[in-house]
Amino acid sequence: MKRLLPPLAVFAVLIGLWWLVVDVSHSAIFPTPLQVATATVELIRDGTLWEHIGASLMRVATGFGLAVLFAVPLGLWMGWVKGAYSTLNPMFQILRPISPIAWIPIAILWFGVGNASPIFLIFISSVFPMVVQTTAGVHTIEKRYLRAAENFGVSRYTLFRQVIIPAVLPQIIVGMRIGLGVAWLVVVAAEMIALRSGLGYLIIDSRNAGNRYDLVISGMIIIGLIGLSLDGLMRLLEGLRVVRWRYAH
Amino acid sequence: MPIKIEVKGLKKGFTTDKGELQVVDDVSFEVGNGEFVAIVGPSGCGKTTLMNLIAGFDRPDAGTVMIDGASKQGPSSKGILISQHGSVFPWLTVQQNLMFGLNGHAPRNKEQIADHYADIVGLKGFEMSYPHELSGGMLKRAELARALVVKPEILYMDEPFSALDALMSLRMRRELLRILDEERHTVVLITHDVEEAIHLADRIFVLSPRPARIQATFQVPFKHPRKLLSTEVQGLREAILRELGA
Repeated sequence: MKRLLPPLAVFAVLIGLWWLVVDVSHSAIFPTPLQVATATVELIRDGTLWEHIGASLMRVATGFGLAVLFAVPLGLWMGWVKGAYSTLNPMFQILRPISPIAWIPIAILWFGVGNASPIFLIFISSVFPMVVQTTAGVHTIEKRYLRAAENFGVSRYTLFRQVIIPAVLPQIIVGMRIGLGVAWLVVVAAEMIALRSGLGYLIIDSRNAGNRYDLVISGMIIIGLIGLSLDGLMRLLEGLRVVRWRYAH
Repeated sequence: MPIKIEVKGLKKGFTTDKGELQVVDDVSFEVGNGEFVAIVGPSGCGKTTLMNLIAGFDRPDAGTVMIDGASKQGPSSKGILISQHGSVFPWLTVQQNLMFGLNGHAPRNKEQIADHYADIVGLKGFEMSYPHELSGGMLKRAELARALVVKPEILYMDEPFSALDALMSLRMRRELLRILDEERHTVVLITHDVEEAIHLADRIFVLSPRPARIQATFQVPFKHPRKLLSTEVQGLREAILRELGA
């Protein structure tokens, strides 16, 4: 309770300040906190909120899931095989700093304005951090462990299953946390372009359809809260018994 | 006693910013089957480099290492290295670590063999623990057990107990002697601790400062259990320390 008090106080002050400023400035468009709360209740009542959340989460789950399936094996391979690293790493280093938003025109060109576009953008945005983290994870395996494995003369299968993959797993989880964070940022941006559902669509549509800034802010807050929960979910992975060795100290 | 390890004319140097650095310079010795040999030397003299050459993790610039009369190519589970910092896998349980090197056994048998060796080193009840839940001494026991499980003919020990406190180090030495009494391994121990060498070894080689050469050889004629405070032991200890220049 004591730890919760200071952040709650910050929220209270922010909301108070917001209310005061709107009140004093007599803004016709910018809503008060009460109006945002009312708008949120309205969204929940007519069921559209769940549709938007569901649509956004589905796109993130698909794009992010594909990215994990692609990035983890690729990262392991690039980390283990020197030639693969020196061949592919320069390309990834160039692709990585390109904002996923910059891919939007290409996504629309290739995939149209259906679900495939945002899924592609999420894939693009989360795949690079995960490849990079996984590769770095393989590169930072301590030599003494590889040496022990070599000493016992185990098969390649055992080497991968019992040494390399578990050694890299904590880094893979870090990569997944970063990847999912970026994916969530991107889905909202991608949904602002076109489409007919999703939290990004909710925000842009509310503005376009009669300056409903109460719904805009409501959408923003919901995005923040869901992002927080997604990160919390990924953090649960850090508590798995097989990776606790890395986080225990 | 048949010869187990024959080291002939080993040389190894490294290239550094300041030029060529000779680390091991013409080291030759033999180790008999079941013999316990200790190599002592001042720190930084090239002990670990020498051990890596003998255990097959590194290639010498010149010279050969023969095991059972055959030239050695790379490491194998015939000889297991136990090093100062340890290499028990932190992501596997004690039992999984002990089963790691066991190939070609049924899973059930693997568990039995692993638990048997956990018992031998005094880790009964900790089979399902992860290494980070163990103390430093227990971790060493786990490492020793993981090596013993594969029934290696040779144990290469590079400062195995030097990260432990004095009391735990003494206990581990006694444990090691007890285990070696049951399963006769050939052991090459590298240490900077003269007392440890006298406590454990049948023969002691003293290395010179870098580049490492064998400067003197001592027989340790005392029967186990050795009384480390006896005058004979102290005399030998002083002789070795004199060689080391202390």
